[in-house]
Amino acid sequence: MLKVPFKNEYKKFCHAVIAGICISSSLFISSLQAAELGYPEKEDLKFGFIKLTDMAPIAIAYEKGFFEDEGLYVTIESQANWKVLLDGVIDGRLDGAHMLAGQPIAATIGYGTKAEIITPFSMDLNGNAITVSNEIWQQMKGNIPKQADGRPVHPIKADALKPVVEKYLDAGKPFNMGMVFPVSTHNYELRYWLAAGNIHPGFYAPHKGDTSGKIDAQVLLSVTPPPQMPATMEAGTIYGYCVGEPWNQQAVFKGIGVPVVTDYEIWKNNPEKVFGITKAFAEKYPNTTIRLTRALIRAAKWLDDNNNANRPEAVKILSQSNYVGADYAVIANSMTGTFEYEKGDKRALPDFNVFFRNNATYPYYSDAIWYLTQMRRWGQISDDKPDSWYKDIAVKVYRPDIYMAAAQSLVDDKILLKSDFADLVDEDGYRAPQKHFIDNIVYDGTQPNNYINKFDIGLKAGDKL
Amino acid sequence: MTALISKKIPGIEPMSKPKMIMTFISDKTQPLLLPLVGILCFMLLWSLTASNIKTSLGTFPGPSAVATQVVNLVNEHNAEREKEDAFYIRQDERNKARMAKDPTYQPKVRSYTGKETFLDQIVTSLVTVISGFLVAAVIAIPLGIAIGLSKNLNTAINPIIQIFKPVSPLAWLPLVTIVVSAVYISPEPMFAKSFITSLITVTLCSLWPMVINTSFGVASINQDWVNVSKVLSLPKLVHIQKIVIPASIPAIFTGMRMSLGVAWMVLIAAEMLAQNPGLGKFVWDEFQNGSSQSLSRIMTAVFVIGLIGYLLDLAMLQLQRRLSWDKSSAQR
Repeated sequence: MLKVPFKNEYKKFCHAVIAGICISSSLFISSLQAAELGYPEKEDLKFGFIKLTDMAPIAIAYEKGFFEDEGLYVTIESQANWKVLLDGVIDGRLDGAHMLAGQPIAATIGYGTKAEIITPFSMDLNGNAITVSNEIWQQMKGNIPKQADGRPVHPIKADALKPVVEKYLDAGKPFNMGMVFPVSTHNYELRYWLAAGNIHPGFYAPHKGDTSGKIDAQVLLSVTPPPQMPATMEAGTIYGYCVGEPWNQQAVFKGIGVPVVTDYEIWKNNPEKVFGITKAFAEKYPNTTIRLTRALIRAAKWLDDNNNANRPEAVKILSQSNYVGADYAVIANSMTGTFEYEKGDKRALPDFNVFFRNNATYPYYSDAIWYLTQMRRWGQISDDKPDSWYKDIAVKVYRPDIYMAAAQSLVDDKILLKSDFADLVDEDGYRAPQKHFIDNIVYDGTQPNNYINKFDIGLKAGDKL
Repeated sequence: MTALISKKIPGIEPMSKPKMIMTFISDKTQPLLLPLVGILCFMLLWSLTASNIKTSLGTFPGPSAVATQVVNLVNEHNAEREKEDAFYIRQDERNKARMAKDPTYQPKVRSYTGKETFLDQIVTSLVTVISGFLVAAVIAIPLGIAIGLSKNLNTAINPIIQIFKPVSPLAWLPLVTIVVSAVYISPEPMFAKSFITSLITVTLCSLWPMVINTSFGVASINQDWVNVSKVLSLPKLVHIQKIVIPASIPAIFTGMRMSLGVAWMVLIAAEMLAQNPGLGKFVWDEFQNGSSQSLSRIMTAVFVIGLIGYLLDLAMLQLQRRLSWDKSSAQR
């Protein structure tokens, strides 16, 4: 009888010792890691971007001196289009770039140029919209229910566009719309919106050499670089487009078109751009990689600080001709918490551009898998793949480990607070099933094949064109 | 004219004084006055037309909008220079701080990482066009001399020249870009890839007028001079040095002037398409920006491009006047 309590005491003691060792060793490891972050191996870097407001973290990290604080001397250069930008990163002309989330994924699976590109940092949430020309808007408007004050009820669904598309098809006229790149968020969002309104946006069949994405299409989608979107629509080549800001607000300002729906309404808080670097770069220059991620995290934090208090300053920086270069008023329209749809119909949309809130910068595996499901849905991935394949690719491309190392060292250096990353403790990389899609279909990143099978329009498990 | 005649022929009554002054004034001022009138008329027509063209980016810029932009661009340049100075001070402090912590560190002073202003872009374009042109000259003139001297070589090479001569720089550009990025690899490159790409494109396009003119000049040398050389039985190299080159200098210069003009036009197009630094990129960036100032900035760039093209030609002409024995060919 005497021995039992002793045994218990002993056991407790042992537990305490073990726990103590564990805690102190983990503390030791984390402090060791912090001390280990040395000087950057490569100090002179060149980053590319496309003239869109969501490149803001790069511009802010430069202008606010966050890159220099890391000992990085960065040159920022605008690129002609997404292809040139991607090739620049692959061939080493650029060290890193503002990329479409689909680009590192597509490059890794070899759709388009094959290359191993990774992303340690997701640049923002939302930020895109679909705009149609005035002519199409007039025809659509009658099909949209009205609010009490006479303004259209939002979100506007593609159901309102369907009769217009059918009219054009009956008259034998093709219905053309623009998006920015075959693996761009915009392509998938536009397709998502159209398909949710029962309009077929067309399939890809790369195994047959068909990468135009127009098989069975009712709306023909083609690629146009973002800054040229308004001009292309004005010229009548396309009737509408899906693009990032400021090119939707530009259409409102120029009076040539009407943004009908933002991607926030298609999928609330959808992941947008990422910062892409090659895998070889990250392996060769690990400190540089962590340091540039640190600078970008600080910039994103700055952009969202105090409830968007810094946004006007950010807009001023972005309106410089070497960054986005559009007028202050045009950029401010979407960056400062509002969004103007039809001229004069300005609505509050505080989360149109999210840079840091809601873990916007953390590279979630589930975000990568969503892009893969859409690539499969529209035939860019020709064959069935098991769920494990989706996960493997996501782990290859999205690198929360680098992100967390950067976040940890920012906390250790007392630059940011632990509470800034409170939600990310024990993060497994998969967001909880997401419900806020325009067609109410729930996305669970752990079951990609199951998700694909839920859509009426699109390839399902087992389908092959 | 009449004044001259009256001086030489004593019998004729000289002109009245006021009339002489008038003639004097008109003789002296005409070369100044007439272009001025032309420019004024153009400005008037331009500002009238501009105010009537409404675009989605506002009215088309007139002369005053361009003048405002010139001031803006210079101010921007100065502001950027101030930022540059601050950059160097910060860099120096950072290097010193690191040296204090880590004595083995070799501090490196890197040049300013900020944006290139309009004036910087002008310098970049000028350096590129001159380098591309010089490379072209180094290839084209010897080639032209060889072709001019040998009928057989001419017959052999002529079809190739005729095919490549009309090719637009924009067709070459993708090939050049890809080849340069594949072949030109070095850890510490002396020149930027974009510079090499622009340079090669310029060279490829400005080669042909020089080759053709040089070979034409060499082939049409006065036969007497060739005969002199033959009588003296000059060795081949001396023949080229003493007879061929001096004789064909006027034709070579004509080719060089044409080439420099082509080179400048090609460079702007190449910079626009490839987004290589320079004036072409400036124009394209402004087009993409689509701000309310973009059109007037592009218009400013148009004038600057024209002015630089004109000055380049003028410089070439001066060089020709100085070096060529045939002064008449330098009048055109």
